[in-house]
Amino acid sequence: MSKAITLKEAVKKPDLLASGHRLCAGCAEPIIARLVLKASRGAIIATTATGCLEVATTIFPYSAWRIPWIHTAFENAAATASGIEAAWRAMRRKGRGPLAKYETLDVVAFAGDGGTYDIGLQALSGALERGHDFTYVLLDNEAYMNTGIQRSGGTPYCAWTTTSPAGTVIPGKREWKKPIDEIVIAHEIPYTATVSPAYPLDLMQKARAAFETEGPAFIHAISPCCRGWRFPPNKTIEVARLAVETCFFPLYECRVEDGRPIYKLSPPSLAIAKRPERKKPVEEYLKIQGRFRHLFRPERRGDLIERIQRWVDRRWEMLLEKAGL
Amino acid sequence: MSEQKPGWRELPFGAIPYKSSLEYHTGDWGVERPEFDLEKCTRCTLCHFYCPEGAISFDAGHPEVDLRYCKGCGICANECPAGAIRMVRKG
Repeated sequence: MSKAITLKEAVKKPDLLASGHRLCAGCAEPIIARLVLKASRGAIIATTATGCLEVATTIFPYSAWRIPWIHTAFENAAATASGIEAAWRAMRRKGRGPLAKYETLDVVAFAGDGGTYDIGLQALSGALERGHDFTYVLLDNEAYMNTGIQRSGGTPYCAWTTTSPAGTVIPGKREWKKPIDEIVIAHEIPYTATVSPAYPLDLMQKARAAFETEGPAFIHAISPCCRGWRFPPNKTIEVARLAVETCFFPLYECRVEDGRPIYKLSPPSLAIAKRPERKKPVEEYLKIQGRFRHLFRPERRGDLIERIQRWVDRRWEMLLEKAGL
Repeated sequence: MSEQKPGWRELPFGAIPYKSSLEYHTGDWGVERPEFDLEKCTRCTLCHFYCPEGAISFDAGHPEVDLRYCKGCGICANECPAGAIRMVRKG
């Protein structure tokens, strides 16, 4: 185990994702990527599935990555990460090759919700089942933002997108968000965690834990998108925090020990579990975002807000049960 | 019939990004820039972690913004717990 991460130490560590990338002003993805890379132990190789992070950080002839980085297609970020890890093990075993000198190697795959929930699910499932030692970071901005806000499996109920437009016929997306964390935990991988960029220390500690884990680790990060979620760019962190405070996106980690998943709530969510009166109504989270505007204007759709609140409450209670609280 | 195609050893390298994005200045995207009130600043360093550009550094012991890259999103001003950051017009 290496030393615990503190903000004081981490601020001195140079960023491995350089400035000058061309993600939108107020995007949460570079915040998450910077924090994850800050938690690396040493040698690190990254791969990114097609998505905002990839296309905006590697516009030819520029690259914002200060570490070895491999391009991947949309569907196979996890497969590429498996390949990197297998190549490193082979070089270690044979004692030759450029990676042979590294005792530890952090392999990290970044993918969006499209590349995880929908297109990359089979590659992810395969890599988790084979048990490669890598970290998969899901940057969940809840739609295909890179191509123009199309719905994905990660888009929440009632959210407006260009392919689930809110109008007189439908109130935005008609399906619920896919429970990707449960799907991943069902693979019985050693470490799964949810993170929010609003809590940087918690994020870095979980990323470090994921790197230190022997075997696959999965980090699910909520990544508010000011363009697609329709809020001003300076509110990104505020929205990411409200998602946690309303329990829409609770923070926890899950370790599988002896084949049993052990859930542990992280401090921001644990505080709500201990003092339930701190839990904010989901309406506060919906109201700040333009993609849910049709729930409030021209008339308030109390029935739909109530339905979303019930979904949040049910999933929160299920999580508390799993965490033994 | 068909001629022998080149094997993978003979293939030329693909396109490799050979410049750092540091050479690409995104500072002219925004209209505002953060201004720090160093009297109020508690050096909590949160603005460094919340900055999407990594443009705020504490190398000098206090926050400094690199205006070559700051896109003026205003997250730092919105999140500063001490209220020490104000957004002002660039230029």
